[in-house]
Amino acid sequence: MGSSKAVLDSSRCKGCGYCVEECPKDALFFGKHTSDKGYTTVELNEEACIGCGVCYRVCPDYVFEIVEATE
Amino acid sequence: MNLKVPESITFAKTGFCPGCGHGIAIRLIAEVMEEMALTEKLLAVVDVACSSLAIDMWRFDTVMAAHGRPIPTAVGVKHIRPENPVMAYFGDGAAYNIGMAETVHAALRNDNICVFVVNNSVFGMTGGQMAATTLPWQKTVTSPYGKDPKKYGTLDITKVIGQMDIAYLARGELSGAAGIEQSKKMIKKAFEKQLANEGFCLVELLSECPTNLGMAPVDMMKHVHTAMAGYFKPGEFIDKGGSGR
Ligand SMILES: Cc1ncc(C[n+]2csc(CCOP(=O)(O)OP(=O)(O)O)c2C)c(N)n1
Ligand code: SF4
Ligand code: SF4
Ligand code: SF4
Repeated sequence: MGSSKAVLDSSRCKGCGYCVEECPKDALFFGKHTSDKGYTTVELNEEACIGCGVCYRVCPDYVFEIVEATE
Repeated sequence: MNLKVPESITFAKTGFCPGCGHGIAIRLIAEVMEEMALTEKLLAVVDVACSSLAIDMWRFDTVMAAHGRPIPTAVGVKHIRPENPVMAYFGDGAAYNIGMAETVHAALRNDNICVFVVNNSVFGMTGGQMAATTLPWQKTVTSPYGKDPKKYGTLDITKVIGQMDIAYLARGELSGAAGIEQSKKMIKKAFEKQLANEGFCLVELLSECPTNLGMAPVDMMKHVHTAMAGYFKPGEFIDKGGSGR
């Protein structure tokens, strides 16, 4: 599982915070990024991510993809 | 593990509010259709309320019905195209208020369609008015002091059609990864039953409407899991299996 990682398209993020709330590793956070729609968008601390897929499942706006690392 | 939103999702910028549960429900349906190789066969019927916004989000052949009438429309579509999977996808106000007669009679006839009701406990599209599903003492724009249970009941669909001769009746929640995965299993089971000609399947999905409940999305998500799922118990209530029609 540790070899998978979340990949974000934060332009779709509407800042609901579900992923930040549910991520078991606290790898997601709100910083200073905003989208062209004016939403504060989520950011990822990649080091902490274990690729569990929780963010993918709870996000209503399809920001996440979970990708298996190839190396 | 690889997880990717299905090809049938358009990623169109939609009108759904931040944290709206409709987006989650739509992904679950898209995933189930992909897993069952039914994406190009599904015939979807939506309502004019917030579910109508799904039309831009998915690549399913879709009809938009008059408010509250996705079920009779879906029944008609199924009669004409019995080989295709057909679903009605809409909100609780449409399913249990304005379209309640249609809901009950489709169940009574055990019509072979899938019905997915996104229950957010209010009329979402029109600004959060009190619905049959509004919880006791819940405040809405039309019950500013809270819904008085002595004056208004709260409708639990499992108590209305729970004794009928239908194929499947279940309730899931669109809150938290576990609840969401459970809901997906229910959606899949409903489609499997339709393909097996078992009859009427209704899956209610407890859902977020942060805008109209006046809550921050994360608080709304917790409210779905605690207050809403506390009142409307998730689970499988009818699971006939193979009895045929
Ligand atoms: C025949 C008719 N009655 C009423 C309306 C107004 N109307 C449009 S959407 C809606 C409420 C929808 O609530 P719900 O079905 O719960 O769906 P949501 O928007 O919450 O997903 C109402 C009352 C209408 N368009 N047509
Ligand atoms: S995949 Fe899991 S650990 Fe990684 S960001 Fe998403 S929820 Fe957090
Ligand atoms: S769940 Fe999705 S839309 Fe909500 S904050 Fe996270 S990435 Fe953004
Ligand atoms: S009003 Fe409610 S149901 Fe409609 S899009 Fe907004 S959050 Fe979703």
